[in-house]
Amino acid sequence: MSDALNECTVVELRRRLRAGEISARDIVLSVEAAIAARDEVIGGYLHRDVERALEAADAADLTLPLGGIPVAVKDVINVAGQPLTCASKMLGGYVSTWDATAVARLRAAGAIPFGKVNCDEFAMGSTTENSALRVTRNPWDLERVPGGSSGGSAAVVAAGEAIVSLGTDTGGSIRQPASFCGITGMKPTYGRVSRSGLVAYASSLDGIGPMARTAEDAALVLQAMAGHDVLDSTSLREGVPDYVAAVGQGVKGMRIGLPKEYFVDGIEPGVRAAVMEAVRGLERAGAIVKEITLPHTEYAVATYYIIATAEASANLARFDGIRYGHRCEDPANLREVYDRSRAEGFGAEVKRRIILGTYVLSSGYYDAYYGKAQKVRTLIRRDFEEAFREVDLIAGPVCPVPAFRIGEHVADPLEMYLADIFTIAANLAGICGISVPCGFTESGGRALPVGLQLMGRPLGETDLLRAAGEWQRVSDWHLRRPVLG
Amino acid sequence: MSRAEHIDVAKTADLARLRLTPEEAAAYGGQLDRILGYISQLERADTEGVEATAHPLGLTDALREDVAREGRGVEAALMNAPKRSGDQFLVPKVVE
Repeated sequence: MSDALNECTVVELRRRLRAGEISARDIVLSVEAAIAARDEVIGGYLHRDVERALEAADAADLTLPLGGIPVAVKDVINVAGQPLTCASKMLGGYVSTWDATAVARLRAAGAIPFGKVNCDEFAMGSTTENSALRVTRNPWDLERVPGGSSGGSAAVVAAGEAIVSLGTDTGGSIRQPASFCGITGMKPTYGRVSRSGLVAYASSLDGIGPMARTAEDAALVLQAMAGHDVLDSTSLREGVPDYVAAVGQGVKGMRIGLPKEYFVDGIEPGVRAAVMEAVRGLERAGAIVKEITLPHTEYAVATYYIIATAEASANLARFDGIRYGHRCEDPANLREVYDRSRAEGFGAEVKRRIILGTYVLSSGYYDAYYGKAQKVRTLIRRDFEEAFREVDLIAGPVCPVPAFRIGEHVADPLEMYLADIFTIAANLAGICGISVPCGFTESGGRALPVGLQLMGRPLGETDLLRAAGEWQRVSDWHLRRPVLG
Repeated sequence: MSRAEHIDVAKTADLARLRLTPEEAAAYGGQLDRILGYISQLERADTEGVEATAHPLGLTDALREDVAREGRGVEAALMNAPKRSGDQFLVPKVVE
């Protein structure tokens, strides 16, 4: 374990804080020094408030679960008093007036919301290249993307510029960047963490989750955020189990399914080999592995890009230049305020999705597209219900390939969408999933991280954490760090 | 079921209150036609008698006690307004 505080886990920092070896101020200063040294190259942060973080550090209650731990927050989540941009020109100058519930709960658990990190504009994308504000690079290979849409959240943890971060996952946006950057990222069950204060992209799919160095750190952050919230009527009322304890409970007797649809041609051999090695590792640790089928997998991408864009077109109607956000200069009338403000404020991918979503909801096409997609969504959901009668967890790759080169997919949005095939179904079904480092694959002379995806039944976060924790007990891929200047 | 061969980008962008340049409209037209072509594979899925999913976990009514809660206040609502006049949002003339 590195002695540099910015490279430590939450668990290690907590131990040292409580032993009086270090102060919370030391951690903030260590993280800030790493950002000052590296972020010009990595491009992860959009905003940080060191002075207020230091004040919070000096006042931190170290007896709390996350006392004195700084957290980087994806910039689609409100943090009171900090700018909120959604990585869009639309929200230049916007300052949050209140905390998202997830952030308020982290504060209550002692954590310090330290800064805001880059992402695809309004969380729409798989590479963070759709940010209107800056380029974020993969710490393992600066010519590659960190993944997306929570690319900044993943890159800053991987680069030692954050201890832990929050991401959001609508179609894989936590798991895929976690996989590309070699960290641990969890998408909780839909409704497990309140969405209040998260800028909505696709409301029936969105969720906030932790991105961290280890499963145990992810569990600590999830523990602080999870649970019902009166401000989010879709948040679940079920009690919150002990996630941290689950990390140490092992996998003896757990049944893990390998969907044959997730091990098809087109998966890079190095990705497949790393994933299978992790599955064998879990088998050696006592899990029972069997093949299963998720027969409607082939429809997941098409279903997602109808439902997500339809919901986006409705959610983003609020950006009308009236109450907040960009307003065009000298509009001739009210209609021009809408048309021109939105044209000037939104970037290309956001416009593309709004138009697609408007189209699939428009009169005459609604049944053929949106209505049909909602029914296919039911078929995809049933696939998982069937599978979880036979197994406790489903394992597979997060993405068929490692991190893309910057610019590789910019010209072809459809090709980019197809790479989401293994992560999207979990959002459609509302189940939970996690990406944990399981090795590297060689590409263009560089070793790039590979993630193992585990999916669990609704509210099966403890199953995910048992397996992720056990895997990290018997492997050391999660301890590898990129070499940075 | 009805499905167009080509998306009418100009009409759809107008519905979405987005003013596109001719270049944008042309680029989106080709891209969205390809995406819609891909999406049309859903026609193959047999959904006869299948119910639609709106909430993935089947949650329906979420009721709470009808108790007044403190709001966030006028100033919080107005502080990010592009144009304001006192306690109101300022917009161009609406009635011609």
